[in-house]
Order: sequence, then C-alpha cells, then structure tokens
Amino acid sequence: MRYVAGFFRFWWDFIVGDDWRIAAGVVLVLVIGGLLVADGDLSHALVAALTGLGLMVVAMASIVSAALRARR
Amino acid sequence: MTGHAVGVIAATLLASGVEFVEALTIVLAMGTTRGWRSTWFGVGAALVALAAITAVAGYALERWLPEALLQLVVGTLLLIFGLQWLRKAILRAAGLKALHDEDETYREEVAAAAAAGDERRLGLDWFAFVVSFKGVFLEGLEIVFIVITFGVNGGSIPLAVIGAALGGLVVLGAGLALHRPLARVPENTIKFAVGLLLSTFGTFWSVEGLGWFGPGESSLHWPGGDAAILVLFALWATLAWAAVRLLSVRPREREAA
Repeated sequence: MRYVAGFFRFWWDFIVGDDWRIAAGVVLVLVIGGLLVADGDLSHALVAALTGLGLMVVAMASIVSAALRARR
Repeated sequence: MTGHAVGVIAATLLASGVEFVEALTIVLAMGTTRGWRSTWFGVGAALVALAAITAVAGYALERWLPEALLQLVVGTLLLIFGLQWLRKAILRAAGLKALHDEDETYREEVAAAAAAGDERRLGLDWFAFVVSFKGVFLEGLEIVFIVITFGVNGGSIPLAVIGAALGGLVVLGAGLALHRPLARVPENTIKFAVGLLLSTFGTFWSVEGLGWFGPGESSLHWPGGDAAILVLFALWATLAWAAVRLLSVRPREREAA
C-alpha cells in the first residue's frame, strides 16, 4: 500500500507540482468545453476558441494570484 | 517543415538541453569526486530505463487510445506540466524565486560525495552509482514525458527523439570539453521558452481532443487550422510577459526584503 501511495504521489508531484489550483482550473475549463461540444449548440471552431481563451485566463489568474499570495 | 515539426524539435531540443545541464552537474560531481566507472554505470542504467519507458509508454498510448481521446489526455497532461515550467519561469523572471545556480549545486553535490561512506555493491561504488542514476533518471523523465507527448500527439516520435538527442549531445559535448558545470547557460530563459511551447501545444491538443465528447468522437478543428498554434504561442507569450511585469519586485521592495 505504501508503494502504491508513493507511486501516485510521485506522479502527482511530477505533473501537478506544488500548485494544484492551476491543474484544477485547466480541468474545469476543459470539462466546460466538453459539455459545450456534447451540447452541440455552438460551432466547434467557436468552442475551440472560447476554451483556449478560458484556459489562458484561468491559468494566468492562478499563477498571478498564487504569486501575489506568496508576496504578502 | 510544418509548424508541428518545428514545435516538436524546438521543445524537445530545448527541454532536453536544459535538463541535461542539471544532470551533467550531478554526473560531473560524482565522477570527479568518486571516480568515473560507477558513475558511468549509473548514467548507462538510467538511459536504458528511460529508453524502455519511452518505448513502452509511447507504444501503449498510440495503440490503445482513440485519436481524439489521446489528444485530450496527453494534451491536458502536457498543458498542466508546461504551466508548472511557465509558473516557475515567471516567478524567477519577476524576482520572486531564486535562479538556479549550477555552481552552487555542484559544490553541494561534491561535498555530499566527499562525506558519503564507501559502500560497495556488485563491484560498484554504490553512492556514485545511485546518485548518478537518480540524477539522470529524474531529469531525463521530464524529457521522456515531453518526447512522448509531442511525439505521440504530433505523430512524430522520431522527430521528438532527434530533438532530445541533439539537446543532450550539445550539452554533453560542451560539458566534456569544459569539464565543469555549465553555469553560464541562460537556464531560466530556456525554461521560459519551453514552458511557452508546452503550454501552446498542450492547449492546442487538449482543445482538439474535446471532439471526443461530440457525436462523432472526432477531433475539433481550430479556426485557421495549424496556424492557430502561432496565435496561441503569441497569446501565451503576451500573458506571461504581462505577468512578469505585474509581479516584478521593484528595487526598493527588494532592498526592504
């Protein structure tokens, strides 16, 4: 059990790193994008553009807010 | 050469180069302090392990996942991984995180090597073997991750491997010629560029992979096709530059700190 936990902790640290908010924001935006695709009301090009912009805004907001918190 | 191909070679070459700089520091410290035989065994074992992981993971991903799902899974992982690089590069550029110092790392590794015991296993200096294995394996794992994600998604594993091998050869050549850590490499600038490339391609592929949720389960198409990669890169670069400007520690604040 200890080895399994260690295995997953290693990959979590490797991919997500020490700020999980960025990963959570990315996954949230992609889930919304997936729901929009499944819904089918918007064109795929529009969903692609909106999701791309959403990813950038969420990721940069997470980075900047984490840095500002660290400075306080 | 397509935008994909340029991106694959640039990302793998730069990432490989910067990771090899860090691995080289550890290997040099072990080799010069503890002897080269066990150190080379450690390096060789790590390279064999990395090659095996690349072959198995690359083959499995390519064979078992449908194209759109592969783009979604691998693109998402690449984006999250790339944003880690970009976050650290932004914090370093803004003066909020210390720059990596290869000379300091080298001194620390040499001191640890000199203080370590003299345990021998399988006829090898075990400390030198383990430290050089871990150093090359852990730094190399990041390169393998980038090679697999770019190679599998771009359909160009050979290009990704060539880029990574070139980066490694340049650093190893320079290291062997100088016989000292490469302290003057602009590591943070390179990491900034790699972070931007990983974030750009991660965004491009993860969004394409959203098509898996649609009725046909086929990839989405960006407006402008592959040209969207350039637009995404420009946008990520602009946002990162703005973040550095916003977060930069002013000289007066630095003095106060």
